[in-house]
Amino acid sequence: MIGLVVNPVAGLGGSVGLKGTDGLVEQARALGAIPHAHERAALALRQLPTDLPIACAGGDMGETSMHLAGREPTLVVGAAIDGTQSTAADTCAAVAALAAAGVELILFAGGDGTARDICSTVGDTIVALGIPAGVKIQSATFAQSPRAAGELAAAWYVGRRRERVAEVVDLDDSGTTHGRVSPRLYGTLRVPLGPGLVAGTKSPSNDQDPAALSGIADRVAERMQDTTLLLGCGTTLAAIGSALGLQTSLLGVDLVRNGEVVVYDGTEAELLTALTDAGATTIVTPIGGQGFVLGRGNQQLSPAVLRRAGIGRLTVVATPAKLAALGGRPLLVDTGDEETDNELRGWHKLVTGYDEETIYRVE
Amino acid sequence: MTAQFQQARWNEPLLSDIGTPGERGFIPSPPEAEITARVPDALSGIPASFQRAEPPRLPEVAQPQLMRHFMRLSQETMGNDVAVDFGLGTCTMKYSPKVNEHLVRLPEVSGLHPLQHVDTVQGILEILWRLEQMLCAISGLDRFTLQPPSGSAAVYTNASIVRAYHRSRGEGEQRNEIISSIFSHPCDQSGPYSAGYKIVQLYPGPNGYPEVDALKAALSDRTAGIVITNPEDTGIYNPHIKEFTRLVHEAGGLCVYDQANANGMMGIARAKEAGFDLCHFNMHKTFSSPHNGMGPAMGASGVREDLARFLPAPVVEKRGDLFELDWNRPDSIGKIRSFVGNAQIAVRSYSWILALGPDGIREVAETAVLNANYLAALLREVPGMSQPFPTSNTPLEQFRWSLEGFKEETGVGSSDISRNLSDYGLQPVFTSHHPYLVPEPITPEPAESFSKADLDTFGNAFMDIARRAQADPDEVLNGPYRNACRRIDAAALDDPDRWVPSSRAERTRNRTPVKGD
Repeated sequence: MIGLVVNPVAGLGGSVGLKGTDGLVEQARALGAIPHAHERAALALRQLPTDLPIACAGGDMGETSMHLAGREPTLVVGAAIDGTQSTAADTCAAVAALAAAGVELILFAGGDGTARDICSTVGDTIVALGIPAGVKIQSATFAQSPRAAGELAAAWYVGRRRERVAEVVDLDDSGTTHGRVSPRLYGTLRVPLGPGLVAGTKSPSNDQDPAALSGIADRVAERMQDTTLLLGCGTTLAAIGSALGLQTSLLGVDLVRNGEVVVYDGTEAELLTALTDAGATTIVTPIGGQGFVLGRGNQQLSPAVLRRAGIGRLTVVATPAKLAALGGRPLLVDTGDEETDNELRGWHKLVTGYDEETIYRVE
Repeated sequence: MTAQFQQARWNEPLLSDIGTPGERGFIPSPPEAEITARVPDALSGIPASFQRAEPPRLPEVAQPQLMRHFMRLSQETMGNDVAVDFGLGTCTMKYSPKVNEHLVRLPEVSGLHPLQHVDTVQGILEILWRLEQMLCAISGLDRFTLQPPSGSAAVYTNASIVRAYHRSRGEGEQRNEIISSIFSHPCDQSGPYSAGYKIVQLYPGPNGYPEVDALKAALSDRTAGIVITNPEDTGIYNPHIKEFTRLVHEAGGLCVYDQANANGMMGIARAKEAGFDLCHFNMHKTFSSPHNGMGPAMGASGVREDLARFLPAPVVEKRGDLFELDWNRPDSIGKIRSFVGNAQIAVRSYSWILALGPDGIREVAETAVLNANYLAALLREVPGMSQPFPTSNTPLEQFRWSLEGFKEETGVGSSDISRNLSDYGLQPVFTSHHPYLVPEPITPEPAESFSKADLDTFGNAFMDIARRAQADPDEVLNGPYRNACRRIDAAALDDPDRWVPSSRAERTRNRTPVKGD
């Protein structure tokens, strides 16, 4: 059975020029925003075979879209929610109910905020796929279009059911950093594997090419197993951890020495304490579509930590798809210390594959 | 839709699914008693362990049914003689004159065998030698090998020569990096990579080609050389190429020019003057030999005089009035492939170059560039079409533009438009090699042999599809309509679990559940 949950206010903010809809629903409505998440969800639903069982959340959280698509739900979970009253808590409750009902794939219509809700509720225990309907689509958990979402879900359901791990990225709601909006990695979802469907060039900030990813991880692991390493955030870094035979953190910074994780998901202070005069090789990868390698989502790698590790020992790793998504823009650093940033700026040799490097500018 | 095209559409089964047991296309008469008395059984010389216990399960089909099968399939293709195919940029599709097909079917060519004694093949050796002289004149380099059977094999050959050069100077171990650019042909990275090199990639700068400073950051005492295309896949010419080759030489590396497609500059500019030490040409691109669908090809590798000793063996030498094969080459990288090169490809290219002469060769390049710029002017009018790098860039023989804006507006992307071109009797347009640095890319390359009418047909079709997409995106997304097949499920192409490369694989697949099922 496939589960459907719709964030009925997704995309509202974008149509009236807001940067998102989270917490801004009333403001968006006042500006005249019209919801279109139902239409987008219905467009996806029309791609599913008519005999495919679908469970959906009640009212505007799913039922409305089903009727719009002319489909009768196999099962409705939860009470009918009025779209004007819907909150993130409703999304989480609906997802939990769908999971309890035994759905095998959750189709969710929304944006990055909705993806976060799915992630925080079921993590990667259930396969999920986003129907793009929100203002911000940076996460690699969305299909390129509603139609593609429906096609991919159907192909997965009736086919061989192969998946991949996709990063959930959203703007950091703990506040802006140095006056700029900061993308942050919130976790991962398991999404159906369907080449060309998930995350197009417009939003493949976390797009993963499995061959390039394992190439990078294996190469770094081979070259640096005897080195002290500071491993930044993200699935690329987690893959390096795996290649070293270690369990490292996805969202945090780890310090690895002599083949052991000495600091797991450490704070700036913990990292500083653990670093010795021998320093460390700091490995980072861009998070989000803006190309930040330092200062966004990994502030633990502070100027002090970078200096203690050795400022010239920064290694940036990135899959070619991730670099391509930058559209020629440089990678960015914003550690909060202009002097440190200046030392880091310039041409870097990025590890982009097994025995493959790329010369790229950091600004 | 203004298309006036309808391709044949046959519901043709697989060959293994037609015919009946015992059906035969041709039954030869048994040999006469006199023959069987004197010639032993053909299988008697083959050890029993090598012999099949049961005959192979080949299709059993009578000749008329077999003919119909393949004729029907041929009607469902879009070959060069059926459809305008210049959409396939970076491939340099061009017309291959039929006279050259007649030449290679002459018994003097078709009857050649590579193991014949050189005294009996002086004619083809002379053609190979003369073709080499022509390529030397076009590139400015001193010697060529015609042995590599493809462009990628030629790049591999050149990477091997670079390695032999550094080894000869005692720097083979130290110099283990080859620099290339991401818009160069992908084989410029994969060829040296296969030869054991580490690859250092350059991304395009703001003008669409790599910056000199990026190259400087890439160079070191580990640099073995640079393997680069210019103009790159974007059709944009790097005006700093001479500075590139100077810097690489200064760092102790060699410069390898990928001229697989020299259609934008042959007869106008040469590898030598740009400072390159090696280069290669694809005969099936620039010099008109048919592309053959992965069939026999030829990638000719050229080198400076002092690198000639590393060329694969044998090379054709002229001694007096005679031509011979020189196998005695102690410094050679060895064989890339058996023999001296695909003779039939060489004959076609030799004839093509001879027919054009130096002025004609230059005119080919000028016409190709003119065609590309005329087509660019037509496509510039397509709504949502954009040029990814500064619009002051004049493309040479091809160009890579973007339909990103169009996709945002309509949901219809470059691959959707490409698919629909076949409804107009045109081959689809090539998008881009991976990764897609240019979003929603198209890369057409109208070589010299396409007429203004061909270009107009393509431009009008493109515009028509764009207008249809604006009016009704779904109508275009569901296309094509007038082709041998409709839109196919492309996901299967990327899923090895769903590939069935042979009838044996099909039987295996049907018998045993695939892992993960």
